Amino acid sequence: MSGAVCLLLVAAGGFAGAIVRYRLSQAIAKRFPSPLPYGTLTINATGSLLLGIIAGGHAPQWLALLLGTGFMGAYTTFSTFKLESVRLGRQRTWGYFALYMVSSYGLGLIAAAFGLYIF
Amino acid sequence: MKRSAIDMLIVGAGGIVGALARYGLSLVFNPADPAAFPWGTLACNLAGSFALGSLASAAEGRLPDWLKLGLSTGVIGSFTTFSTLSVELLHLLQHGRLAAALGYGLASAAGGLLSVRAGMALTERRRYFAVKGGRP
Repeated sequence: MSGAVCLLLVAAGGFAGAIVRYRLSQAIAKRFPSPLPYGTLTINATGSLLLGIIAGGHAPQWLALLLGTGFMGAYTTFSTFKLESVRLGRQRTWGYFALYMVSSYGLGLIAAAFGLYIF
Repeated sequence: MKRSAIDMLIVGAGGIVGALARYGLSLVFNPADPAAFPWGTLACNLAGSFALGSLASAAEGRLPDWLKLGLSTGVIGSFTTFSTLSVELLHLLQHGRLAAALGYGLASAAGGLLSVRAGMALTERRRYFAVKGGRP
């Protein structure tokens, strides 16, 4: 596959993944207002599950670039998770801080393992 | 066009930039071997956390809203990734590289927090000196 096609596939996935993350996190924040950022948590757990399925299923290269590197890479986010964690720490809500850290990594790893090895 | 549709396009455009930049870095720094240490993803995640921290604490109104949305939710949100981190951690464990997995997990978990704080400190320091009229 030519380099230009690879770039196009990643770009298309990135475009869609970023929009879905934006709209979904808005919708979840509106529906379930809480100090715990459920939106990012849901997005990172579901994205880990789906990337696990893609990585474990020996998808063809074009699909891995479009859905894996492009969509799931852009849909899930690390920086927002860390920014939200720092904000919880600054507000001295250490219970939420710990819960958010543990649940993000815990659910992310369990979901990815489920996708990779079981699905 | 509706405001919400324009916002979605701004986020999507940023998403293209972020995803392509991450892909480029992964081609250079992520080894093809899944048992090797994923330097590319770690670099994206730490650099993105630093950038988001500095952007988040930039004074309100210093950047137009659309630009802040495009850069933070769009570019930086897509540039950093959590799903790849999860899968890479499992691949390291699967190949018996326990120390590398632990190092990668700790570097991401603690390094991400420190990067956000460092980014915030950078803009807060610049603002402090701007108010005092001194050199940043």
